[in-house]
Amino acid sequence: MKIIKKAILLLSTLTCLVLTGATLGAASELYDVTQELNTKSYSKKAKVVAKIAETGDEQAADILRALMAGDLFARKSDKIIVLAEKQPDGGYALIAPGTGAALGTAKKSDLSKVKINNRVRNAIKAALGGLDLNHPDPAKRLAAADAVFKSLDDDMLPLLEARLKTEENDKVKSAFEQTIAALYLNADVDFAAKVSALHTLKESGGPEVKSFLSRYLAELPEEEAELRSQVAEILDAVERRLSNFALVENLFQGLSLGSVLLLAAIGLAITFGVMGVINMAHGEMVMIGAYTTYVIQEICRTSFPAGLEYSLIVAIPAAFVVAGFFGVLLEKSVIRFLYGRPLETLLATWGVSLILQQFVRTIFGPTNKEVSAPSWLSGAWEVTSGLSLTYNRIAIIIFALCVLFALMLVLKKTLFGLQMRAVTQNRQMARSMGVESATVDSLTFGLGSGIAGMAGVALSQIDNVSPNLGQAYIIDSFMVVVFGGVGNLWGTLVGAGSLGIVNKFLEPYSGAVLAKILVLVAIILFIQKRPRGLFALKGRSVEG
Amino acid sequence: MTSQNKITEKGPFFSLLSGLPGGGKAFMGILLTAACLTLAGNLLIPEGHALHVPTYLVSLMGKYLCYALLALSVDLIWGYCGILSLGHGAFFALGGYAMGMYLMRQIGDRGVYGNAELPDFMVFLNWQELPWYWYGMDNAFVAAIMVMLVPGLLAFIFGWFAFRSRVTGVYFSIITQAMTYALLLAFFRNDMGFGGNNGLTDFKDILGFDLRADGTRAALFAGSVIALAIGYLICAFVTQSKFGRVLVAIRDAESRARFTGYRVEYYKLAVFVISAVLAGIAGAFYVPQVGIINPSEFSPANSIEVVIWVAIGGRGTLWGAVLGAVLVNWGKSYFTGAFPDLWLYMLGGLFVFSTLLLPKGIVGTAPDVKRWLQEKMSAGADAGEPKKGEA
Repeated sequence: MKIIKKAILLLSTLTCLVLTGATLGAASELYDVTQELNTKSYSKKAKVVAKIAETGDEQAADILRALMAGDLFARKSDKIIVLAEKQPDGGYALIAPGTGAALGTAKKSDLSKVKINNRVRNAIKAALGGLDLNHPDPAKRLAAADAVFKSLDDDMLPLLEARLKTEENDKVKSAFEQTIAALYLNADVDFAAKVSALHTLKESGGPEVKSFLSRYLAELPEEEAELRSQVAEILDAVERRLSNFALVENLFQGLSLGSVLLLAAIGLAITFGVMGVINMAHGEMVMIGAYTTYVIQEICRTSFPAGLEYSLIVAIPAAFVVAGFFGVLLEKSVIRFLYGRPLETLLATWGVSLILQQFVRTIFGPTNKEVSAPSWLSGAWEVTSGLSLTYNRIAIIIFALCVLFALMLVLKKTLFGLQMRAVTQNRQMARSMGVESATVDSLTFGLGSGIAGMAGVALSQIDNVSPNLGQAYIIDSFMVVVFGGVGNLWGTLVGAGSLGIVNKFLEPYSGAVLAKILVLVAIILFIQKRPRGLFALKGRSVEG
Repeated sequence: MTSQNKITEKGPFFSLLSGLPGGGKAFMGILLTAACLTLAGNLLIPEGHALHVPTYLVSLMGKYLCYALLALSVDLIWGYCGILSLGHGAFFALGGYAMGMYLMRQIGDRGVYGNAELPDFMVFLNWQELPWYWYGMDNAFVAAIMVMLVPGLLAFIFGWFAFRSRVTGVYFSIITQAMTYALLLAFFRNDMGFGGNNGLTDFKDILGFDLRADGTRAALFAGSVIALAIGYLICAFVTQSKFGRVLVAIRDAESRARFTGYRVEYYKLAVFVISAVLAGIAGAFYVPQVGIINPSEFSPANSIEVVIWVAIGGRGTLWGAVLGAVLVNWGKSYFTGAFPDLWLYMLGGLFVFSTLLLPKGIVGTAPDVKRWLQEKMSAGADAGEPKKGEA
């Protein structure tokens, strides 16, 4: 507000510098109307407010806001209504409303504030709403229409109907229609018009329509039984629709959580499932990926500001390479000495995870780093009124699926994938066929870690990038892999999806924390029933 | 699997070190002597004297001994039965909470809100009456039973399901981790009735004695010593008995033990419950000495840390576990004070180092070093520099 006021002041001072004298004489219509505020009667003031709005002058809104904020004063010496801006020295700079001409300065004692009461305030609000309906910015018009929908000010009806004819923006148009329909229901029109208004409302049917209709139904007198039943019917339809939306949104939230889990767990499914290595440092690979995203973003910010929007795209392969490198390093230096000793691997990699966390904390500090969302990922896709899906969540779902299928392709169609599966199934035989199992091991581990790094890129969009990022996901990812069945990527997909959805569906009933506890307990019980997961591998290799 | 040789290879080795006849007696001697000296130094030697042991140090050592008992309980199942529990901190914390509840009730009307019936946090949350599970916790005897019963019961139920469906190895580790994680989340909730995020604290007295008095602190320390000694004796008894032999057999060749006719799941369940009860007792002595119990004790990281104490000290040797717990925690106290940024590197390094280079731990490696030295001596090689660092 302050900035706006300053800008207005600056603008008006500039205009008055250019038009000194010329405008002073030819006072605008707005100026004259504003002078009528010099009255004691609040009802008169309210009428003047409406008149100010009717002038259609561009500065009308500014004057009304000034009146609302108490910046409009009457000069005691000549009873002229002026805009006053407080100066640093305690005095006030005076400006003629409407013309913007400077009228010198005054002390506080020379001025008396134009007082307003609630009635005038409401008049101002309504007038401002009417002015905003004409605003060139569609977002402002939308907000104004919503404001009228809330206040149900029937004075706006003619204006709205006039605006609807010229409105070109679809969103604003439907908001206008919805508001007009709501006003019709309260207006003195015949039954058929009200029913058609109801149907318009049913079409747009957002949560605000639901609350409007239920209020309307409660206030509707008993005699109008026919209308009541109509309203109840429409309200029912709107409610049903909204609960369907809630279902869809829950499903979407669940899928989104599931895709995050999937991303974090795919890498684990490779190292744990395919190689039988319990990598407790997996979460830290995710964290390294997220920090890589941060670093790339900062490099872009300082060196290629133009590319900042697309730094996320660059970060995906970069995170894969960086985390993959750490993965290979980990395999070469620690894990390869521990094959066949899963419990020891678990402990050693836990140690590595502590070291990596502290390492990152030393370099980047313990505080959260901000990875900003590029503009093409911010915002939401508004499917219909009352149902919107955020772009970054959608992107993560798609990204997770892409990563999963790319990985499957690598496993099924490339030489490396073939060697990897061979080593997994029968190490001795693969070696005697000339597969260098040690190299395959480290590359497999690098692949799993690299995918974790890519998961970090995605997580940087929805979570805090901090040294503890990985810790938050490690237990969940293990749950996904164990639930889905070790050594089976489809199992990981199903596991992640179902855990995510179940979690989100429980949340409204039990709260987020309890939902998580329930899911954990359910998995613990599930493992008792099927110790090797949903899609267990069968055969002799399982026992090995 | 080459495990069939391990029993004969390791059998005598274990009985030598962990049995009471050998290392056990020495351990008991050292423990009791050290405890007596500490207590004398604290109570008999006046303040200001060079040999005076300040009370905070007594409590600190008491804390280490509680950790040692916890490590002992982990060693009992991991070292002797091959069950790696990553959720033993949960049993420790449950015992601690049972003790904490007793201590909370002892505060009476001396709390901030002066409510004789309800602990402060319940008054704060506008609770009208005590939840049913708080009944009787003002009685020391009931509380003592609960300290053992709650962890034991949880371990029994958890183990009953897990061992019967033959959840083994890393799967068991992961679900124990999930268990402690679930408990962590649960205890963070305010409506659980355990003080939520802040846990239970501001204790005033125990059994009518002021918790801040030197005498009480010394008595708590003595209690920890006795608990550890008894815990040690129980573990020694368990591992020396026929029961313990079966445990080792299960550790080294589970299927073979089962095919020989042993009901593996019952053995595992029994030792798991004993271990959980020991952990609970450790927690109960821990809480009055540190003065607080909060949900962070349930965090999975804590439980894993316990495992590393055992691994450093020597898995499968009882006094190795104790040694590891005391050493690592002493190191932690020192380094978090002196080089706070380095501690996590060191702890992480310990995990990697002990699994890669010291798989038997300090106590397990010592005889190897000794034998190696003896061989070198008898071979008459140059007695350049005997390697002592690892002993």
